Amino acid sequence: MPLEAGHFCGQPNQGLYDQVCRDPICRVLYIDLSKRRFWIEGRPDIFQAGLGGVGAGIRLLEEECPVGADPLGPENPIILAVGPLVGLFPMASKTAALFKSPHTGNLGESHAGGRSAVAIRMAGYGAIVIRGASLTPIYLVIDGEQVRFRDASGLWDVPDSGTVAKAIRNREPGSGYRTIMRIGQAGERGITYASVITETYRHFGRLGLGAVFGSKRLKAVVVAGKMSLPVTDRRAFQQIYNEIFKHATESEAMRKYHELGTPINVAALNAIRALPVRNLQANTLPEDQVEAITGEDLAQHYLGRRVACTHCPIACIHLAALRTPHPKEPYFFKTSMISYDYEPIFALGSMLGLVEPAAMLRLIEEVDRVGLDAMSTGVTLAWATEALGKGLITTAETDGVQLAWGDYTGYSQAVQKIISAPNDFYRALGHGAEYAAARYGGQDFALAFGGNEMPGYHTGPGGYLTFLTGARHSHLDSAGYSVDQTALKKGETLDPQQLAEALLREERWRQVLISLGICFFARGVYTMDIVQRALAVTGQDWSAEALEQLGADILRRKHAFKQREGFNPQTLRIPRRILEIASAYGTLSEEFLRQAVQHYMEQV
Amino acid sequence: MAKRLAVVDADSCVGCQACMFACARRQGVAGLALARISVHSAGGFENGFEVSVCRACADPPCARVCPTDALLVREGGGVKLRPDLCIGCQSCQQACPFNAIFWDAAVNKPLICLYCGYCVDFCLYDVIRLEEIEESQHASRSWSLLRPTEPRPI
Repeated sequence: MPLEAGHFCGQPNQGLYDQVCRDPICRVLYIDLSKRRFWIEGRPDIFQAGLGGVGAGIRLLEEECPVGADPLGPENPIILAVGPLVGLFPMASKTAALFKSPHTGNLGESHAGGRSAVAIRMAGYGAIVIRGASLTPIYLVIDGEQVRFRDASGLWDVPDSGTVAKAIRNREPGSGYRTIMRIGQAGERGITYASVITETYRHFGRLGLGAVFGSKRLKAVVVAGKMSLPVTDRRAFQQIYNEIFKHATESEAMRKYHELGTPINVAALNAIRALPVRNLQANTLPEDQVEAITGEDLAQHYLGRRVACTHCPIACIHLAALRTPHPKEPYFFKTSMISYDYEPIFALGSMLGLVEPAAMLRLIEEVDRVGLDAMSTGVTLAWATEALGKGLITTAETDGVQLAWGDYTGYSQAVQKIISAPNDFYRALGHGAEYAAARYGGQDFALAFGGNEMPGYHTGPGGYLTFLTGARHSHLDSAGYSVDQTALKKGETLDPQQLAEALLREERWRQVLISLGICFFARGVYTMDIVQRALAVTGQDWSAEALEQLGADILRRKHAFKQREGFNPQTLRIPRRILEIASAYGTLSEEFLRQAVQHYMEQV
Repeated sequence: MAKRLAVVDADSCVGCQACMFACARRQGVAGLALARISVHSAGGFENGFEVSVCRACADPPCARVCPTDALLVREGGGVKLRPDLCIGCQSCQQACPFNAIFWDAAVNKPLICLYCGYCVDFCLYDVIRLEEIEESQHASRSWSLLRPTEPRPI
């Protein structure tokens, strides 16, 4: 039962209050953009049952999102939720966003780090629910108990989302204690794979949260705060903290993220023939072509700085320092700091045959500045390039742009045209590869799964089963690519049932991690035992069984939401291309994948 | 000799704020409200970070402006707060040229580094260090130039 405005934690159930509500995690900030008002409710019911993060978020989504909601209508809510370990323990740095996706038409869920999670927690909330739509462009400033509605009409339609961030940064207080989540032009225009950018280099990247912001004329959300959080036993707190910190920084558990970062995957996946190249017409690049875009080479020639999300000593964010000469003036350069991760390197590099590192970095930056999701953009442009080559479309559709593998100029122009949408073709591209292929043909090589463009793992059946069955159609849902690589190393083969079970186990546990606020890169550190002991410090007593049940329950709720909104596992499209090009694991069979999907769906 | 926390290389700071959380933890709580050190971007993450923490001045301006003498100057430099004398006027905060004095809103009193060095163990990138205050650092108190003792030969 919602409480009256201004009250919190006043539930009649005193036992519940004592257990959860000593901690401000149970406070939910509701903001109605249509009425420009806000209030705070105590929701220990939600946070006791679902911990936080996606566990709380999916329950709020069930409450807030009407059946059949228009994803770009005022009825689609934005829910930002953090977990109880955020603000207490390292690598608990993630915010889960829940919404109805304008890209897939069903579950929208995206996770981001930066300063977002700690700022929400330090402002005193477990979740923020944004309802309605503003008549005019605005941005929100949430500073502890205060919410301010600021005019953003001057910030609308600024070509570079970085400029918007600078303007807000200079006008608003709280440097060091705040997050500035903002959209670019892609979000303003409802490109269904528009991202929300936070702290310049982290994103709610996938499934179109940026478009949902744009549909509400919500340009940015600033959240700031600093507060203390109680612990039950300070000695136990320091002890378990030190254990986690030591494991994260001194063991192998997170070393790869720490040193080369996720781009370490480029060479590794290329070597096992799992790197999608030129719209997956090949699974590997020759040594001399791949070298310049590997994590090793990028670090050697471009790495200029490493930065971290709040409360994460690993600092996996690698920034390339790219020097660009002035077009006319001699001896004049500017230096841009561009974040490079494996996924943008795959999507805007190998997938487009763009292996010249400076050009690839520039394209990554341009995609980011307009606020598009790098993966969906790259895979959609890869489809368009092949469609143009095969004559399914002509330069009449591309508005004169010559899309060709490895040609930076064409891709750079196409990115701008996705934003400016001069014709129907670019409007279709703004809905992704699956939508565009349904209109123009080439579905066999439109590499989207469940409507979401593929990530860069042509590893084997596990990878694709994750893309097909994962509740977000994200490689991070159940990491089947990792199951493939482990099986390859061990020389094992899993049958469809075993594979489905392995992925389900992983996906369920990941629901628990993100409900706590923990980054998946720290999954090797946050074991069941550590999670239980860390929760005990916050005053919450969770058995292993209860946590496992929670993971399974969250996943069931997510699938129930998907199916409620029309997702049908029977009609999942498997593009022929993935069956034609051998994976690291060998040639894939559609029947195997269909069986595995069925096992997964039966057991979920 | 007295110790102080030195920011030895802010350009290597990744902005993780592990030092800030460590500071609060040292005081028995989680969160950031009690942090006596601050890390913030130098105008966006692309520009790196600035670290604000008390540098233990030999002649601290914060102590000089305190109307109730609540900030005692330590032998060797730096200050120690006497909360019983502090009236929460925030003059010290305004006087600090490094913005290194933070505020405990709950009790309306300043938060200043305790020079314990607990945070140092959580900085993986050697940005901060606990160091002894050298005798030579006191020389700066006289504001004198370094001149040769012998006159220049003609």
